[in-house]
Amino acid sequence: MQVDKELDARGLNCPLPILKTKKSLADMTTGQVLKVVSTDCGSVKDMQAFSNQTGNELLASTEAGGEYTFLLKKK
Amino acid sequence: MKKMAIIATKGTLDMAYPPFILGSTAAALGYEVQIFFTFYGLQLLRKDLSDVKISPLGNPAMPMPVPMPVMVQMLPGMESMATMMMKDKLKKKGVAPLEELRSLCQEADVKFIACQMTVDLFDFEKSDFIDNIEFGGAATFLEFAGDTDICLFV
Repeated sequence: MQVDKELDARGLNCPLPILKTKKSLADMTTGQVLKVVSTDCGSVKDMQAFSNQTGNELLASTEAGGEYTFLLKKK
Repeated sequence: MKKMAIIATKGTLDMAYPPFILGSTAAALGYEVQIFFTFYGLQLLRKDLSDVKISPLGNPAMPMPVPMPVMVQMLPGMESMATMMMKDKLKKKGVAPLEELRSLCQEADVKFIACQMTVDLFDFEKSDFIDNIEFGGAATFLEFAGDTDICLFV
């Protein structure tokens, strides 16, 4: 899948991964895909909740080696 | 648009986090947010946040590296030491400093209202506070709070 922008949120704790995701999405256009990498295990539920409430679709949410990767499609 | 109102009444480091975390996150989720700072909560709007501290005294739930009797907790310098240790821990765990969360709130248009009565009560100067805040009273806050989806007292 084509990723239009990446956000490295590693080492950041709640609520920074969400706040930085919001900021990153702000200067993207509808349909573009943002990849976020986080080390905060709380961000798994939070990213889903962010998606549910803002309408930016969560295309993928995966974990590997203590890192969480999310793909969000800008609304 | 959903709305959230928070009343921030505490001026300690631990109690400073919830209003700024919830405020900034709610704004990111599309909420219109107002935070009313009153009594000790007003400390959170000062330019200088160095008076915002944490104390193990009277706070038995605070995790300590070693058990510490109350008689020791009350010694001079303990509050500053506990504050330094907590800030260090917050930094290590990737939790944003208060100043950063406060700026993020303002960037996201969270409205800060300073309680005018408390400003008078504690003889604060308006120049003590950060820019872009409003000063108002209970009626000002309630006008917004009366129409919110979430209203919290911290």
